[in-house]
Order: sequence, then C-alpha cells, then structure tokens
Amino acid sequence: MSSPLQREDVARVARLARLTLTEAELDLFTSQLGQVLEHANDMSALNLDDVEPTAHPFGLINVFRRDVVRPSLDRDVLLSQAPDAESGRFAVPRILGEAP
Amino acid sequence: MKSAQTIANDVRDGSSSAVAELQRSLARIAERNDELNVFLYVDVEGATAAASAIDERRSRGEDVGPLAGVPIALKDNLCQIGIPTTCSSKILEGWRPPYSATIVDRLIAAGAVPVGKTNLDEFAMGSSTENSAFGPTRNPLDPSRVPGGSSGGSAAAVAADMTSISIGSDTGGSIRQPAALCGLVGMKPTYGLVSRYGLIAFSSSLDQIGPFAKTVGDAALLLEVIAGHDPLDATSLPEPAPSLVAHVNDGMAGKRVGLVRELYEGADESVVASVRAAAEALREAGCEIVELSIPELRLGLSAYYLIAPAEASSNLARYDGVRFGRRVDGEDVTAMMEATRTAGFGAEVKRRIMLGTYALSAGYYDAYYGQALKVRTLTIQAFARAYAQVDLLLGATTPGVAFKFGEKSNDPMAMYLNDVFTIPTNLAGDPAVSVPFGRGEENLPIGVQLLGPPRSEAQLFAAARVLEIADGRA
Repeated sequence: MSSPLQREDVARVARLARLTLTEAELDLFTSQLGQVLEHANDMSALNLDDVEPTAHPFGLINVFRRDVVRPSLDRDVLLSQAPDAESGRFAVPRILGEAP
Repeated sequence: MKSAQTIANDVRDGSSSAVAELQRSLARIAERNDELNVFLYVDVEGATAAASAIDERRSRGEDVGPLAGVPIALKDNLCQIGIPTTCSSKILEGWRPPYSATIVDRLIAAGAVPVGKTNLDEFAMGSSTENSAFGPTRNPLDPSRVPGGSSGGSAAAVAADMTSISIGSDTGGSIRQPAALCGLVGMKPTYGLVSRYGLIAFSSSLDQIGPFAKTVGDAALLLEVIAGHDPLDATSLPEPAPSLVAHVNDGMAGKRVGLVRELYEGADESVVASVRAAAEALREAGCEIVELSIPELRLGLSAYYLIAPAEASSNLARYDGVRFGRRVDGEDVTAMMEATRTAGFGAEVKRRIMLGTYALSAGYYDAYYGQALKVRTLTIQAFARAYAQVDLLLGATTPGVAFKFGEKSNDPMAMYLNDVFTIPTNLAGDPAVSVPFGRGEENLPIGVQLLGPPRSEAQLFAAARVLEIADGRA
C-alpha cells in the first residue's frame, strides 16, 4: 500500500520540529506516521463541510484578574534552573551569523 | 492496606499517627520499588517533616484535614516545589520546579503527605510506561506485565500497597486504563473541574488530573479535596466543587444507563462478559438498561491521534535548552536547540511531535487537524444526544487485561488502539470512571467504564459503588 507520507515529508517536518533523525529513524517514522495517517482516512472520507470545528470542549473565554501587583517567582531561583545564565539573564550560544 | 479514609480517621482520633502511617508506606516502597520501578524519587526527608508537623498540630488540638496523615504518590508530571520533576524524560533530568501545582498545595492543606514522584510514559505519551526514559514500571499483580499508562507508576503505587491513593493525569485514558489493568478505581473528571496549574502540559484541550484508589469512597474523597476553581488556571470551571463523598451510597434506583455497543465491541470475550455482568448488576440495583449505538465514537481514535500530537508539538516547543532542563551544546543557537531536543526526547515523543507538526503544517492543516476538530464536534453532539435519553453510559475501559512487556511496544498503532474506549470522553470534556469488575485471563482484573455528562462525578461514583458492592469488594 502506498503511504500518504513520503520520506522527504518526514525530513522536512523534522527540520520544522528541530529534531535530527538518523537514516534508520527516517525510514521507521515514514512508515509509522503513515500508518496513523492511513487510520485517519476514516475521518477524511467524511463530508463535514457543515460542521463547526471544536478546539476546546466548553469553549474558552478570556479570564481577567484585577490589575494588582503580587509577588512573582524569584529571578535567581528561576535562573538557577537554566543550563546557562549570565548577569541576570538566560545565556545562549551565538544567535547571529558572521557578517557576509 | 488501610483505606485513605481509615488512615485519616485513625490519625485524627489518635489511634495512629502520620509518622507511623508514613513509615509503613516507606517500608513498603523500600521492599518493592527496586523490582517494580514505581517511584522515580522518594522524598523521605520532606515527607517525614510533613508527617511530624501533622502529628504535632493534632496534639495541639488542631483540625488536621480530611486526608490527615495519608501518604500519597504524585505522577512525575506534577510540580512540587524543590522536588525533582522529570516527566520521565531526559530533557528535564535534574530540574527542580520553583513552584508547586495548585493540587499539591490543596493536598498538603488537607493533611496528605506526598511521599514521592511516580514513573510515567515520557510526557504522558503512552499506554504502558514502556516509554519512560527511566525504564518501565512493572504491574504489581504480575511483574511480567505492564501496569498500563501513562500514569502506570501512580497506579502501581496503589496496587502494590505503597500508598492508599495517588494522583494521575488523563489525556486519552491515562488514568482509567492503568486503573483497569491494576484493579483500581480511577477517574477522569470533567474538563476544568481540577486545576492544572503546575501540571506539565501534554495536550491542553484534553489533559485532566484525577484520582486513583482501591475503593470508590477513597477516590471520591481524593477528588473532593483537589477539585474546585483556581484563578491560576484559565480553563478552571468557575462553579464551586461538588460534594462527592456524601453521595457515594446514593444508589442507582430509577436511573437509566446506556450500554454502548461501540464501547465494548472488539474487546476480548472476558471483557465483554464483564461489561454485560456490570449491566446486569446495575439492573438489579434498580437501573433501566438501554442498549445504544453511537457510531460517531468510532472516529474518536483518529481525531485524538491528530489533535493530541498537534497540541503536544506546540506545548513541547518550550524544551529548547534555554530556560530549564538539559542542554546539548551546538555551534549556534539553532544547532544547540536541535541537539538538545534530539538527545533529550525519546522515540514516542519524537513520533508525536512529528505527527503534530505535520498535521499543523501548511497544506495539511485542513485535511488532518481541521477535520479532526470537526469530528470532535460530532463526538460532543453524539454524547449530548445520548445523555438526553439516559443518565450514564456503560462500556469497557480497555480491550483486554494487562499485556506483557514488548507485546505492543514495537507497533505504535497497536498501542494506540488500546485507548479506543477511553478517548471519546476526553474529546468531549466529560467525566468517566473505571471500576474493577470481574476477572479475565490469569485471574487479572478487568475494568468497566462508566461515562457521564459534564459534572456528573457524584452520580458516576454512586454507580461505581453499586458495581464495587456487586463485585464483592464492599
């Protein structure tokens, strides 16, 4: 049976999701994700043009609280849980490339 | 093992102490945890201090709460301040949350003593705990079998008499399925009844926290303590928490219960027999049993395995090696994030992130995610039509009894099919409870599932209590 999903699709999605897959994982995921999508064909075969989508069981409404100052978590405690911190901030490797 | 209600009564009237109850629990954990891999972390020091404080307060004549001195196990996707919280993932190894979940604060205020954090499928994705980065949990009733999942550790803690009650979370059946496989009562409450502040998110429109216990009474007591509005969770229902314990023995006389074909068809013979026997027991208790067919429920599995991964792919984007948890270095920030996520996540988590990212990606959104959201509407409408005819629904919790390790772990689709009866309630946001009823192969427990409309927890517990008595576990 032909898979609804090609190997290139899986490679593209892995890049979007910031995951590196080995060649073996690419093959395995192409087949496994294809199976799940094939199962979903029972759904895609239905004509649901007149049905409204539901993203949340009871409908979400905005919740507001009074605009009063209250204590928040301690910055040093939060930063102590980070892999790297510097001068009261999260530290990360270089973000921008060299100038061309 | 004493029930939570008995422990609390004994501690309150002085015939036992919180410290003695904790020691019994810790001794049991020491005895069996190496074999069963139930707890990822046991907080001996903190629990001992909490238990001593309860005994001291009691000796001063203070009210020490409805769960006074009751040791309790927490699934390791719940934050407790300063206690390692991993979600059974390498990506969070070593992380200590700087705050506690609202329900942890409520449990402590009610006198409960959290003893530690239990194993789960990584980020609650799985039905067997085989997806834990720290090894699977074994079923205390037969260690060659899985305890179910994803809350397998919390179920095993109670089944192994390490604690009388525990907390799990249920996104597609992760409380009810392990409850069924371990012979326990487990409930997924109405969406929004229990605050999720401090629960590490998997699929935000589906996740709900709930109780495990050996008895219906204990499950009702535990849910009563943790339920109720929380301003820190925007999805929390505004209504006051329902009274549950007082209604456990209300009985079911004059109620109508729908026996739903789609919620047991295809299950093992012994499971179908248990569901039929449960219907008979409810009939004898004065219920009218109505045979129903709700064909829309068959679409639930497909919708769930697009919606949950889609939401997970978004929720798990936060694990990028910047603010918490593990980091694997790379030459620039993108390479660091990719290396961190690749090393930190296990195969099932990667599979779901990939599936969700695909379902949400340009060109496929309408065909997959969009269509799944419409099927969700159909599910909600179908349940509403059923509840216009009957008070509660009855079916199986799982297609079979606890399975052996490795039986389904190499075939994701076979594993996903294990959730086919539990998923529809999550899509609808409705409550459902699994209660042990009858036995299957090798004398392993079978769970039957009772489902109800939003906020019908009291009636679900009353029905579960009828079955508990009929099954001879009064």
